[in-house]
Amino acid sequence: MTLARQDVAKVAMLARLELSDAELDTMTSELSKIVGFVSLLDELDTAAVPPLAHPLDTQNVFRDDEPAPSLTTAAALQSAPRHDGEFFLVPAVLGESGAA
Amino acid sequence: MQPADLSATDIVAAIRQGDLTAVQCVEAFLDRIARLDGSLNAFLHVDRDGALATAAAIDARRKAGRPLGALAGLPVAVKDALCTADLPTTCASRMLAGFRPPYDADTVVRLRAADAVIVGKTNMDEFAMGGSNENSAFGPVRNPWDPARAPGGSSGGSAACVAADMAPVAIGSDTGGSIRQPAGLCGITGLKPTYGRVSRRGLVAFASSLDQIGPMARSAADCALVLETIAGHDPGDSTSLADVVPRYTELLEQPLTGLRIGRVRDHYADGLDPEVRRGVDEAFAVFEAAGATVHDVELPHAKYGVATYYLIAPCEASSNLARYDGAHYGHRAKPGEGHRAESGGRRFESPLVEMYCRSRGEGFGPEVKRRIMLGTYALSAGYYDAYYAKALKVRRLIRQDYLDAFQKVDLIGGPVSATPAFRLGEKTGDPLAMYLVDLYTVATNLAGVGGISFPCGFTKGGLPIGFQLQGPALAEPLLLRAADRFQRLTEWHVRRPERIA
Repeated sequence: MTLARQDVAKVAMLARLELSDAELDTMTSELSKIVGFVSLLDELDTAAVPPLAHPLDTQNVFRDDEPAPSLTTAAALQSAPRHDGEFFLVPAVLGESGAA
Repeated sequence: MQPADLSATDIVAAIRQGDLTAVQCVEAFLDRIARLDGSLNAFLHVDRDGALATAAAIDARRKAGRPLGALAGLPVAVKDALCTADLPTTCASRMLAGFRPPYDADTVVRLRAADAVIVGKTNMDEFAMGGSNENSAFGPVRNPWDPARAPGGSSGGSAACVAADMAPVAIGSDTGGSIRQPAGLCGITGLKPTYGRVSRRGLVAFASSLDQIGPMARSAADCALVLETIAGHDPGDSTSLADVVPRYTELLEQPLTGLRIGRVRDHYADGLDPEVRRGVDEAFAVFEAAGATVHDVELPHAKYGVATYYLIAPCEASSNLARYDGAHYGHRAKPGEGHRAESGGRRFESPLVEMYCRSRGEGFGPEVKRRIMLGTYALSAGYYDAYYAKALKVRRLIRQDYLDAFQKVDLIGGPVSATPAFRLGEKTGDPLAMYLVDLYTVATNLAGVGGISFPCGFTKGGLPIGFQLQGPALAEPLLLRAADRFQRLTEWHVRRPERIA
């Protein structure tokens, strides 16, 4: 199993991960090996097997729809890299990159 | 009386009776940390002042005749994956360097309510991804039995600190073996409870359908003591189980007569180290001498466990770790100078996306990036059915194997790891080789059942050998009773590493 370098670059962008050229080379070769390894599962016929997303047959849990205390604004902002006391501050959502 | 020579159970009793003060006890362990941890690196943060103040308050309350919690004065080391509002919580990642969570994990709340004393936060593989503790951004932990070797992972700091008597008990988390494997490689006892037995609220999420918190200690009896405090339903974790928490410490006495223990032929494949094999065989003999019977059982899909795990866990991780965006908390890349406006030939869509990508590229280490990439790939359009959905189907087959086996036997026994502790650096160049150290442990998490590991011998070179018991859902009383009985009949668990005694 060999992944193409440009496909790995596309996945990195989907994952919001900047990779250096060297990282992209290493990642392409390592992911190819790992994907080759997990393809071991292909030898099993699972057409009739329902997927199991969760180990226990738990059910959705609801609580009453009543207001309850939550984090204060100050606590929510205490570790923010940038904030103005009320909101998280981030670079422009629209526009050209390179000015972050 | 040297507190480091006492079991957790004895420490709690001695403090309650007034034979030992909480301050004396906590100070003794803090002194060992100060003396030993410079070379072992088991702790990322030590809270000397906070721990001594908590201990002094407990002593004052005892003097005043006020009620004390079940773990009053007991020093506990907590894996740095659990949120602590008064201590940094980093998950051994640069992404969370210096992070202070706004709340305590449920397990931490319960420990504090029981008057346990948190002495510090332990080192680990970054975001709990790894089997050697070498993926920590803050340096590897060294195995107290041989500092040239890894303690295992990801709860390597928790295992090493108990093995070196820097804390009588520690809290770990186990997603694919991260409590049991380091416990085995460090010669201590570690329990991964049934999924949902301990609340995951405030445990930094790695793979939410697999993660489980559990106790690590010198003995099964001490694990029982700690589990009694940390288990239980939490309205803040919708997957936590509502079942009543048994008094584990009071359920250890019954003999093992008639207990049926399964032995899995696949556990004896080529990769199993001969000395580990001998230790495991001798452990089965101990159980037989204690009145148990040993039966061959099949787990027909065991060989697919690691491949299944290394799809499901990275998929869940890629989603869980999306929260590290440089916006709300954690590392943010500095505004760019000399940076390209693209990565891998693809242009960033906007300044915000550039900030996300660069913050995450700088903040995460290589293994975390690898897992995020693998998970994103396996979940992406066109690959979802072939990888993620396929793995979920095999997960059902693996769980069914366990359900079938537990119709025939009460517990399943076997090795924890195929080899004793390996050398630092031995597997770091080969991610797949590192993944295979989880061979005997991942299926427990995929099936959602419980497992305990404990020492069953030593190699000629003086390295601990671990034995694992797995049980059906909510069989913690039986797992603890069987391991405790084994420890009444053997002395492997009381051995200490000579170099640091």
